[in-house]
Amino acid sequence: MIPSTLEYTKASSIDEAVAAVAAGAVPLSGGQSLMPMMRLRLAAPHAIVDLSGIPELVGICEDEDEIAVGAMTIHREIAASELIRAHAGLVADAAGGIGSPQVRNRGTIGGSLGHADPHSDMPATLIAAGASVIAKGPNGERRILAEDLITTYLTTTLEPGEIITQVRIPKSDDHSAYAKFHRRAIDWTVVGVGVCIGDNGVRAAATGVADKPVRLSAFEAVLNGGGSLDDAIAKVAEGIEPHAGLDGSVEYKKHLLGVLARKAHGEASSR
Amino acid sequence: MAVDYTTQAAGGIGDAVLRKEDRKFVTGEGRYVDDLKLPGMLHAAFVRSPFGHARITSIDAAAALALPGVHAVLTHESLPVETGVLSASNPGGDVRHPEQAILVKEIARYVGEPVAMVIADDRYLARDGADLVHVEYDPLPVVVDAEKALEAGAPLVHAEYDSNLVKTLEHHTDGFDDAMAKASKVIKLRVDNQRLTPSAMETRGCIGDWQDATGEVTLYTSTQVAHFVRTFVSIVCGTSEAKVRVVTPDVGGGFGAKLNTYREEFAVCAASHAVGRPVKWIEDRTEAGVATIHGRAQVQYYEVGVTDEGKIVALKFDAIQNNGAYNMLLTPSISHLTLFMVPGLYDIQDISIRIRQAFTNTTPTDAYRGAGRPEATHGIERLMDAIADELGIDAAEIRRRNFIKPEQFPYSSATGLIYDSGSYDENLDAALELSDYAGFEARRAESEAKGKYRGIGLSTYVEVCGLAPSAVTAALGIGAPGWEHSTVRLHPTGKATVITGTSPHGQGHATSWSQITQTELGIPFEDVEVIHGDTAFQPYGLGTYGSRSLAVGGIALYRSLGKVREKARELAAHLLECSVDDMEWTGTAWQVKGSPDRSKTIQELAYAGWTSASLPEGIEPVLEATTFHDPPNFTFPSGTHVCEVEIDPDTGRIEILKYTAVDDCGNVINPLIVDGQVHGGIIQGLGQALFEETVYAEDGQMLTPTFVEYLVPSAADVPEMTLSRTTTPSPSNPLGVKGIGEAGTIGASAAIVNAAVDALSGLGVRHIEMPMQPARIWNVIQEAKS
Ligand SMILES: Cc1cc2nc3c(=O)[nH]c(=O)nc-3n(C[C@H](O)[C@H](O)[C@H](O)COP(=O)(O)OP(=O)(O)OC[C@H]3O[C@@H](n4cnc5c(N)ncnc54)[C@H](O)[C@@H]3O)c2cc1C
Repeated sequence: MIPSTLEYTKASSIDEAVAAVAAGAVPLSGGQSLMPMMRLRLAAPHAIVDLSGIPELVGICEDEDEIAVGAMTIHREIAASELIRAHAGLVADAAGGIGSPQVRNRGTIGGSLGHADPHSDMPATLIAAGASVIAKGPNGERRILAEDLITTYLTTTLEPGEIITQVRIPKSDDHSAYAKFHRRAIDWTVVGVGVCIGDNGVRAAATGVADKPVRLSAFEAVLNGGGSLDDAIAKVAEGIEPHAGLDGSVEYKKHLLGVLARKAHGEASSR
Repeated sequence: MAVDYTTQAAGGIGDAVLRKEDRKFVTGEGRYVDDLKLPGMLHAAFVRSPFGHARITSIDAAAALALPGVHAVLTHESLPVETGVLSASNPGGDVRHPEQAILVKEIARYVGEPVAMVIADDRYLARDGADLVHVEYDPLPVVVDAEKALEAGAPLVHAEYDSNLVKTLEHHTDGFDDAMAKASKVIKLRVDNQRLTPSAMETRGCIGDWQDATGEVTLYTSTQVAHFVRTFVSIVCGTSEAKVRVVTPDVGGGFGAKLNTYREEFAVCAASHAVGRPVKWIEDRTEAGVATIHGRAQVQYYEVGVTDEGKIVALKFDAIQNNGAYNMLLTPSISHLTLFMVPGLYDIQDISIRIRQAFTNTTPTDAYRGAGRPEATHGIERLMDAIADELGIDAAEIRRRNFIKPEQFPYSSATGLIYDSGSYDENLDAALELSDYAGFEARRAESEAKGKYRGIGLSTYVEVCGLAPSAVTAALGIGAPGWEHSTVRLHPTGKATVITGTSPHGQGHATSWSQITQTELGIPFEDVEVIHGDTAFQPYGLGTYGSRSLAVGGIALYRSLGKVREKARELAAHLLECSVDDMEWTGTAWQVKGSPDRSKTIQELAYAGWTSASLPEGIEPVLEATTFHDPPNFTFPSGTHVCEVEIDPDTGRIEILKYTAVDDCGNVINPLIVDGQVHGGIIQGLGQALFEETVYAEDGQMLTPTFVEYLVPSAADVPEMTLSRTTTPSPSNPLGVKGIGEAGTIGASAAIVNAAVDALSGLGVRHIEMPMQPARIWNVIQEAKS
């Protein structure tokens, strides 16, 4: 648990950070995932660039029909945001349930997405909410659908030199909720499901059941085709093959998917 | 017991005094090994085997040595030591003790075994250097499961032996076969007491400082047993024991894992000798998962013969203990403690016990909170429920029918112990009352109405504490005594220094020892300083483990205080010019009987003893006394724990709704500390019951090296606990104390598992293994339903 020797810089602007990352530095946000990875020597970057000195990266505001959330916004702020609660309740649910107060006071939305852990809570809810991320790199800015960002374990479609600067969440009137299951009071999620119910139908996504967060397409299809919740739950694990681990068997995780989809759907409907 | 934690009580025996040591700990002013920095100090990191079993074919340190700041890379060939790690345990004689070199010699036998040691300017460079040491391994076949290790043809952990058997412990009473033959029913049960990782908040760490000119070596180390470490360092490093000083700064928990002498402790001394500068090593958390001993790891097969009324007539216990790859300080003795406690608090005189200990390619196991006794208690308490279930008798009633009764004390157990005192029915009655056992069925129905399963579980236990009478430790094949030391020294100003051989690492001895001193010698609580954990100050201390500190070390203190008080009496009589027989003790002074105006306070006498202007004939100056106390017997705390759980069939999650513990630890010095020990113990038992398990893959890889995989409970996982006490003072010591350090852990796991089994009993569930993580419970429910 001792990181290897590295160079540390603190950027004061997005451009400075992008330049450092383009030169090979790894971005550091809240450090809640990167630091443990470095201490375990699962990551051994030769340089890191700290994003905590860039004011534009922090904050939550309305921007036309979207909510713009700075990449460095911490989980606690997201959980407490009236704006996010009103338009994407499941995202606030997820942020409020992450780890412990210490983790929520340091961990960020950009870091959660950039880390791409298949058991992370935020990405699944952002996918269900139809959010996008803004990435900035040496060649400028681009927009990536949250659903297209994470490809597999700890891997994203960010290009070399790109960092996430913002997350944009549609200002929808959907009723939504996030339900998760974890073993201890403070623990990584075994399985989590986010559900949004609105005029355009139901959208749902899950974490913990694949090498990345996934849309629950079969579940959505049944409900959006006028089927019952029971029928949707019966199909929820269709096409999904979770990994067995110390936290449970494949069957158990598929079962949890149904339990949590029902719970999230119920809570969303009652909001 | 409703203890008021908010106000400061007086400072004598029995008072709930706030702990003296807490201010420094809660304000971050504790001083641990890692806080110490010696001039010129270098830092060590270890290269550890990534294989469960492998022959080392070459070690190339060139790249590491080329790294600026790296001073040395030491291996088995270059580390200056005389022997390997020594074990002090040989129960029954002829225990196999294979060589355990300080750094691996040829063959690594578990993942994490230290192969080489890199010494560098700082910790980070040392780690970088360790990553650059290139070791070639030739992997060998691995066995991690103890039952498989004992099968014919299993890979041999130590090729010099013909099997992986370390030792078979046996104990059979003459009448066993006849008694079993007469049983009207025989019930069988297999219980797996899983492997655990002791997880002290402070990992291990040590600094070796070898002075070349004098040959003196000082070792700062996070240990529970400074003197053992000193003795062993002198042997392993080949120096005079009189030249070795072991210093124990504050220790952030141990739970038995620091009741040991570890390779790293010897290695930093030898490395300091080799490089001529102090060498520090601090264990990191993932390293702790493989380099520090594990606990439990015992598979048990029970066979019990009972009458139709549920009276146990004969008990057979056949177990396999996973010792790991080597024997550490006490490894072979831990399951010996299980052997002693197999019958628990039940009157079972016909018994047949066999415990086979096995070598495997895993981290060695040794003492972990309870050390062998939680295994015995968990097993028999599961068995009692199995009997109750089979015969259709209530779980409380089946226990009552088998309890040893108060009039049977002192009770000679079938395993050769003499239980000192106890009132097991009283514990049970109190716990049933507090937990509203009688009203449970209504609560079960309420849960059922919500679609949940509710269960209630009991655990009644007795444990053996106060380790240990030295004649007994010798007879048990332990190469160390069990007495304890104390010195009481009064200063000219009337303040007291207490030097104790115990080695607190969370237990609060500075507080309890001050309370005993106030009551017995009249020196106010705040005027007492307690010194421990430095071999330069103490004659010899055996340390803190096995709930022994109060029952042995506390009595050593009590006796020294008595000696000082008696010396003060002679001095007082002399100064007041009357006979010793005419003096009476007021609690703070000696006075002439019936004449309060003719008295000397203990402080006045301390001053007079120091000035020595006028001493009675044959009395030496200074009020000071030393005692080496060897206890006449163990002590036997007991209790009843009751747990009530609710299980969510959708997820398999167990919620503890109510936890009640009634413990009898004899007389209580500080109720606050006792409650704290019980709380912590229960939480550790809860950790084993619900969450914790150290898992090895078949190939010897450790799958739970960090707290992401190894689940220790957090404060948020802990239920409200209702505590109460009964008191049967121990007749074996003048304070009537027994010990409470391990009781919570010993009682808890069975109460929780029994509650879960009870909750699912309607589905036909009869047994559940630990840890009862949600996925396991969900599986148990699915299997029961199908
Ligand atoms: C004890 C504990 C419990 C936790 N429990 C949970 C939990 O219950 N649920 C959960 O979801 N998470 C949990 N986490 C993780 C937590 O949510 C982290 O906050 C999150 O994973 C990473 O955010 P961070 O800001 O700390 O990122 P960092 O650790 O700083 O970075 C993580 C990764 O993302 C990259 N990165 C950071 N910022 C950016 C950016 N702007 N653009 C591109 N890449 C970037 C980094 O280079 C790194 O690879 C827990 C963490 C801890 C320590």
